[in-house]
Amino acid sequence: MAGIVIENVSKTFPGEDGKIEALKNVSLTIEPGDIYGIIGMSGAGKSTLVRCMNFLEMPSQGRVLIDGRSLGDLTEKELRAQRQDIGMIFQHFNLLMQKSVIENVCFPLHIQGKKKKEARQRARELLEIVGLSEKEKAFPAQLSGGQKQRVAIARALASDPKILLCDEATSALDPQTTSSILELLKDINQRFSITIVIITHQMSVVREICKHVAILSEGEVVEQGLVSDIFDHPRSREAREMIRTDSGSDLASSGKEAREEISSGRKIRIVFSENSAFEPVIANLVLTFREPVNILRANTRNVGGVAKGEMILEFMKDSPNQEAMRRYLVERGLAVEEVTGDV
Amino acid sequence: MFDSTVVQMLIEGTQATLYMTLVSTLLGYAFGLPMGVLLAISDKEGLRPNPVLYKVLDVIANIVRSVPFLILLILLIPFTRFLVGKSYGATATIVPLVVAAVPFIARMVESSLKEVDQGVIEAARSMGASDIQIVIKVLLLEARTSLITGGTIAIGTILGYSAMSGAVGGGGLGDIAVRYGYYRYQTDIMIVTVVLLIVLVQIFQTIGMAVATKLDKRKTAVKNKKHGAGESVTFGGK
Repeated sequence: MAGIVIENVSKTFPGEDGKIEALKNVSLTIEPGDIYGIIGMSGAGKSTLVRCMNFLEMPSQGRVLIDGRSLGDLTEKELRAQRQDIGMIFQHFNLLMQKSVIENVCFPLHIQGKKKKEARQRARELLEIVGLSEKEKAFPAQLSGGQKQRVAIARALASDPKILLCDEATSALDPQTTSSILELLKDINQRFSITIVIITHQMSVVREICKHVAILSEGEVVEQGLVSDIFDHPRSREAREMIRTDSGSDLASSGKEAREEISSGRKIRIVFSENSAFEPVIANLVLTFREPVNILRANTRNVGGVAKGEMILEFMKDSPNQEAMRRYLVERGLAVEEVTGDV
Repeated sequence: MFDSTVVQMLIEGTQATLYMTLVSTLLGYAFGLPMGVLLAISDKEGLRPNPVLYKVLDVIANIVRSVPFLILLILLIPFTRFLVGKSYGATATIVPLVVAAVPFIARMVESSLKEVDQGVIEAARSMGASDIQIVIKVLLLEARTSLITGGTIAIGTILGYSAMSGAVGGGGLGDIAVRYGYYRYQTDIMIVTVVLLIVLVQIFQTIGMAVATKLDKRKTAVKNKKHGAGESVTFGGK
């Protein structure tokens, strides 16, 4: 098992007009065995950050430590050896198109100078794990996107890495295939205790498998912590935006219409977790204060294996009870936070 | 139509042309392939950008390629004489042919290697592959279809150049065409040599393309689909 520590890493690229700062003083600690998500919009610097973790990109400033060893202090040869302990998969799979499935999986082993027979045997074990045993002689061009990513995962695992970096690994896949790949990653994380770092722009991916998450925006970490905490209490604008857009475009658009009609009172977002879902809280709230509330949006989601209900309520305009109602909800053990205009 | 001496001469001419073409292509690749690899990896987007090395190779390639072959042939006479001992005949012609072929081949190798998906190179680097391993196990392998297609073009071009060398006594079919067709007005012999040259180019082209297609695994899916559709009746019973 290996942990990753990113210390004050900055990365600048020479651009058309001056320097482009892809990363600004990023610090993260990824515990061994964790599934860590790094989420952000495109151009936020996620891909640069993950490439700093195996020095495909060298940080302009700061240090990257794998298991306490700073990558910057390694010689080129040591760095190549270190990279064999860090598997990586990509959005576009990056398989060798001229090699068969099994040869692709053997590839990292050949690089390490393993014997052909030994490599084949290991490759077969891995194809078994990713569920592609019967495809070993096929070529990548004959496989679907999900199958290609499975081959890529098998290849990344061939050298028994302690860390697996996933760069937008599910972004080119449909939702169903995405789920099956995420299941596989979760399984790998548990079976081999490999630390997994997942770069994505999809909140649903983070929600489904990550334990911790960092939100990256314009090269800076704006928020980090447990996924369930951030889901309950997003502090940054970016986090709220991610959670809001998570449920899909249909909900977002219907929410907009609703807002136009009744954009009057104070709005709050409440999150029910399993222990608060027993009591009919909203009904009791209405009965207690004898005053209606408007439910703008409600949804249930799976956050790290726990069902969470999310609801956006609007109080009556000019109601004197607004603050009391908010407190009532907090007292019932719900996570409550005020939302402004952009619900 | 022709007496046996003419037939014999045409056979020998074909052999000489084949000899010049194949040996020149082989030697051309012996120098051109490494030069092409160096051009591809020293470029600013390459594995190991090296502006100085790239510029030097780039200029050499451009200079040699901008000299018309016939002039190169004459310019190189002292060099050829130094290497081979004489400046005429098939073996002597190989020298200017190789000199002309190397930069040409290098450029084709360079462009073939640059077609290789950057992502695959990045994946290999992430696995800890060294630059040499990437060149041999990734670049040359992934580009092989394009390299073979390039090789086919190179053979055709070198064959054409070898015929051109007939103008200065280079030997082979071109030599026969010039001597009989141009100086002696024996158009029939010239036509036969031209037909032979065309046939040779066709053969090389067909073989090259067949090999390239056979080795290209990117198209396997499409081919199999077609295959599957056609044979669906046969497989349906299983």
